[in-house]
Amino acid sequence: MEHQKTSKQLLGELLDKHYADALHAKAEGKPVAWSTSIAPQELLETMGIHAVYPENHAAAIGARKHAQEFINHSEGKGYSVDICSYARVNLAYMDIQQCEAANIPLPDLIFCCNNICNTVIKWYENIAKELNVPMILFDPPFNHEYEISDQNVKYIKAQILHAITRLEEITGQKFDYDRFREVMKISSETSRWWKKASLLACAKPSPLNGFELFNYMAIIVCMRGTKEGLELFKLWHDELQEKKEKGVGPWKDGEEKYRVMWDGIACWPYLGDTYKVLKKYGINMVTSTYPDSWYIVYDENDLDGMARAYSSNYVNRNLAFGTDNIIGIVKDFQLDGIIYHSNRSCKLMDFRQFEVQRKVEASTGVSSVIFDGDQTDPRAFSLAQFETRIQALVEMMEAKKRMGGAFYE
Amino acid sequence: MSKAMSLISELAYAGQRPKDSILKAMNETGKKSVGCFPIYTPEELIYAAEMLPVGMWGGQTVGTLADRYLQGFCCSIMKANTEQALLGQYDFLSAVIVTAYCDTLKCMIENWKIASPQLNLIPMVYPQNRKIPAGKEYLRDEFLRVKKELERISGKKITDQEIQKSVDLYDEYRRTMQEFSDLVKDYPDMLKAKTRHLILKASYFMDKRIYTEKVRELILELSKLPRENAFGRKKIILSGLIAEPDGILDIMTENGMVVVADDLAHGARQFRTIAPDTGDGLNRMVERVAMQDGCAFLYDEKKTRAAMLIQMKEKYQADAVIVCQMKFCDPEEFDYPIIKKELEGAGIPSLYIEIEQQMDSLEQLRTRIQSFSEMLA
Repeated sequence: MEHQKTSKQLLGELLDKHYADALHAKAEGKPVAWSTSIAPQELLETMGIHAVYPENHAAAIGARKHAQEFINHSEGKGYSVDICSYARVNLAYMDIQQCEAANIPLPDLIFCCNNICNTVIKWYENIAKELNVPMILFDPPFNHEYEISDQNVKYIKAQILHAITRLEEITGQKFDYDRFREVMKISSETSRWWKKASLLACAKPSPLNGFELFNYMAIIVCMRGTKEGLELFKLWHDELQEKKEKGVGPWKDGEEKYRVMWDGIACWPYLGDTYKVLKKYGINMVTSTYPDSWYIVYDENDLDGMARAYSSNYVNRNLAFGTDNIIGIVKDFQLDGIIYHSNRSCKLMDFRQFEVQRKVEASTGVSSVIFDGDQTDPRAFSLAQFETRIQALVEMMEAKKRMGGAFYE
Repeated sequence: MSKAMSLISELAYAGQRPKDSILKAMNETGKKSVGCFPIYTPEELIYAAEMLPVGMWGGQTVGTLADRYLQGFCCSIMKANTEQALLGQYDFLSAVIVTAYCDTLKCMIENWKIASPQLNLIPMVYPQNRKIPAGKEYLRDEFLRVKKELERISGKKITDQEIQKSVDLYDEYRRTMQEFSDLVKDYPDMLKAKTRHLILKASYFMDKRIYTEKVRELILELSKLPRENAFGRKKIILSGLIAEPDGILDIMTENGMVVVADDLAHGARQFRTIAPDTGDGLNRMVERVAMQDGCAFLYDEKKTRAAMLIQMKEKYQADAVIVCQMKFCDPEEFDYPIIKKELEGAGIPSLYIEIEQQMDSLEQLRTRIQSFSEMLA
């Protein structure tokens, strides 16, 4: 009865399988890698190395409200309360190795790409040191120019080739370029369907309740290079397409009054709480910066294209690009508002937020608020303060609607 | 006053008054100056362009202008730099080089383009994979790109020979600083912790050739004097980003401590690695970056910093390590638990102090440093 599964069911099954497969691989003595979330997993998939994703795992621990015990452990080891909470959770998991939320095997290899932040270099260095395992680093330079320079592409491409050599050395196996080509093709295709599905939220009302993006994201992170991942996003797309055609909105029991974007990472320990506050005011978070973050698309066998794609995610781009990106989102999704998460864990996202907010507002007139929170540290968020900020946003959006909406409309 | 003492006061004075010292150096040499953000910049190229590289490591300015760009949990050095830029205090600089070693610095590049367009910002990215051929090639390309920018600002072509000469000068500066730093243990009264810090700090605000000559002279003068009695002092190694506010150094002195060596980004990390003598000037600069280890801002797969501190402890017969943790400095914060574990494993006492550059009260730190000192006694 396979064909009757909903994408949501499939999502749950795939995630369970992802974790189970990794544990199984480890038990059989096969190598396991810990990888950052936007790393060239194509290389690992080609080599048959099981990758697990500490960011994803830490988010899962947070969402199931287990983060605090891990955070306490890390802070006890001397980790500052001011560093990324994903890192604090994961570095503790490395010692504790047990959580009800989900378990991952310890790595034989560290696979780190700092296109998402330089913090991961430090975090992963520590894992490699503590567990005495090799580390492969991909270093896509920060793009302070608007476009990605050829100089950067050349360096990243050479690092991909260098990583292949290192993987061959570490595993003692030859790299299979035919398999690589196939994985490249699947990975790009999965990315395309991920984005295609998420773009259906441009419809008014949006068939997508955007908090689902946070759930489906787990698979675009963990299974981007697999056929199962690809199939999931096709199915999700088709379901949303059907809802869109029927004019069905995000909720059965409520109407989409306002459409907003969420800038930054979710507050995992308060995912349900933040969702409920928004829904209470008829706010549908139709999109975030996530759909583009995993839009890693290039032609198969095009290593230059692959290098460019891995350097292209918005946090690795300059402020002008980031601003234009959000202005485009405001228009494409016909947004009423933006919720900026000033996330204690993520300085790279935070320290450009004020200027981006000003520029986006000047260009589009869209209303916005910034709230203080954290991706996985439950202590750094107050639900009451969050709701107050959201009430302010509603007042601004309402006033703007009365005045005829934002400039772009 | 002895010749040594007068050189010490002159250098410490220069270190204490950044802007006056830079303006004086510009006046004396007729050179333009280029601001250099932490952690490392290609100062050799600036010098080869006949301009003065000057350090931008925060200051005592506190205000609210920087709040337009940065949240409260941003490192105090970057906040101070931004505040000072918005106050126009850097307008005498012809350009500013901002690097991207950490996430905060990446954001500084972007904010400063908007906040201070008059400062001729030159963003620069050092490769983290600096030991592999691709990383070295990338760094050379970055140096060439920055060189072009510097030529535009100075209006002068930089020749290969000038780079070579500049790298030679920087080698000489670095060797001199190593020698100077090693002398401190023998002159704990003349080179108290704060004095040592200010002398090192002066290097950021003076012409490197003149500075190096002065320090060389100081070394010579010191060698003529008998060693001071260091009996009963606690020999300390400082680690971290920077030992400021420098009041903490006075507290160390008051508690019988001598800084015999440091692993500070603002201090010895600037001079502990000498360029190898291979290839042209740019190549020597590239290879030097590739060789440098034990720094929180440079990817180090083997994470050798703690091992290096343990070696330093042996070399200098130090009693303890004090980690000066600049609050909100992620790279340093990530290194600390590993350092703590390895120092403990080696039986080396260490003290962790969390600082902000402009903190008002040092009383809590005073108590901790005092207790630590008593524990060492």
